[in-house]
Amino acid sequence: MEKNKCKNCNKEIENEIFVLNLWVCPYCNYHHTIDARDRLQITADSNSFNELGKNISSVDFLNFYDIKSYGERLKETRLKASLDDAIIVGDAQIEGNDVALGIMDFGFMGGSMGSVVGEKIKILSNYSIGKNIPLVIFCTSGGARMQEGTISLMQMAKTVSSIGRVKENRIPYITVITNPTSGGVSASFATIADIIIAEPHALFCFAGPRVIKQTIKKNPPPDFGSAERNLKNGQVDMIVNRGDLKDTLANLLRLFRG
Amino acid sequence: MDLKKLEEIPKNYLKEILGSLSKLEKLKKIPFFTGIHFKDAERALERKIETYKSVERDARRVWKIVELSRNDNRPQCRDYIKGIFEDFVDLSGDRLTGEDKSIIAGLGKINGRTVAAIGHNKGKDIKERMIYNFGMGIPQGYRKSQRIMELADRFGFPIVTFIDTPGAYPAIEAEDDGQAGAIAKSISVMFKVKVPIIVVLVGEGGSGGALALAIGNEVAMLENSTYSVISPEGCAAILWKNPSGTKLAARELRLTSGDLLKLKIIDRVIPEPLGGAQNAPERMVKIVKRYVTGALERYVRISGDELKSAKASKFESMGFFNKE
Repeated sequence: MEKNKCKNCNKEIENEIFVLNLWVCPYCNYHHTIDARDRLQITADSNSFNELGKNISSVDFLNFYDIKSYGERLKETRLKASLDDAIIVGDAQIEGNDVALGIMDFGFMGGSMGSVVGEKIKILSNYSIGKNIPLVIFCTSGGARMQEGTISLMQMAKTVSSIGRVKENRIPYITVITNPTSGGVSASFATIADIIIAEPHALFCFAGPRVIKQTIKKNPPPDFGSAERNLKNGQVDMIVNRGDLKDTLANLLRLFRG
Repeated sequence: MDLKKLEEIPKNYLKEILGSLSKLEKLKKIPFFTGIHFKDAERALERKIETYKSVERDARRVWKIVELSRNDNRPQCRDYIKGIFEDFVDLSGDRLTGEDKSIIAGLGKINGRTVAAIGHNKGKDIKERMIYNFGMGIPQGYRKSQRIMELADRFGFPIVTFIDTPGAYPAIEAEDDGQAGAIAKSISVMFKVKVPIIVVLVGEGGSGGALALAIGNEVAMLENSTYSVISPEGCAAILWKNPSGTKLAARELRLTSGDLLKLKIIDRVIPEPLGGAQNAPERMVKIVKRYVTGALERYVRISGDELKSAKASKFESMGFFNKE
């Protein structure tokens, strides 16, 4: 039988149990990173998802070249990843509640935000306003996509502006912070939500532990940036286990209906 | 091929060129091909070498701009406020937990009109830099900015911001106090206000810490200022995995005023005195004063609703992608 090792406690988990437990370690409750397709499957009601903005894809408009060209990196990543970019957006139902749903994928260039992520969030925001349905985004990202230069920084402005219009229309906006969420995504659309939910132990920060270590020349405390520390500091509303997320979201969506 | 040419290629690209060269040499040994077949390949390779050489030259040019943008003798936010505003009053504190000295905020007069000013100040000597924390903002500073922007909006005062920061302060306390949320909120407040916002990048425009004060109806950059998603040093560490990539990273990031004007991220480039602002700081302040005064005159005529929606559509249209 196929077995997986928990990334946190190193215990072996049978594949079947691992999947049934939504890729959460049954021994230590460590929430393993999952891709957007799996996340969609465990979040939305079956067959309820219609993808939006499928026709949009990233392009190497700066001819950015480090040790490889951005164009080449995109090609390679598309072959490996389950998606065409770092987010999928669409409309879906969560326990019968209509939502405009966005799910990021860390497997696609570290969930980095470039023009496509920005545009898809704009499309999703407009859809949410047009249909007057709540906006829910699952976040995971290392930050802005450097290969798009300052244009990637501008996606922070673009997403905050688009979602600002959702909020002005008095439409609920909920984010779910999954491991890890940092940099430009943290400092833009992830943190302007009406409700911020985090998965247990998820890293959620602006500057990551490595950057902090460079500044203070020592290791930050082990709980630095963790969901639990963020809860204590008042930066998130609640921490919810993966298995309870769907129910929690559905309940919040019902509460917002008044 | 003249191997001397290889000396001018950036180290990072040498491996690739040498690889192609040895491949070519191997092919030459196959008797089936005649000399003619290699001429094209050799020419292509030489063209590539020329490209890499020009990349290296260009990287050096861009790096000079990065150094100028960080020059200690450039005028800073405090100098611009002194030179442009009359009766300026500093305002402090976020009314929640504290005061951030790295971000200056206050009210003053330009041409008899009350205008709010906000900006990062790096400080010029080591003593000043310690006080101003090298212009690296903490949540208290971004929340103070939000407070002043909301105040300005309520009273109809236009807002001018001066951007000059390596980035937001990467520290445990700043993170614990909600650095990410404070930056996001600043961006969101700048989209909400209906008074004119003029943004001037005067030195270093470092990442989210800069963007937090840079959502303007008009965004101008001094000729030798920079505006980047990450510092060239940080970018090299991540993508090149080596500090030797720093200058190349500076070039690839397209962080100069000329590049950003072409990409329509900024609206205007303000020329600097010959050799850079540090050569004639007082004249630089005067040039910026003329620009700010003129920009305010243009924008105070426009209605608040129009200012707000134009700002949103400008930033929401930024991005390049393929659409089938």
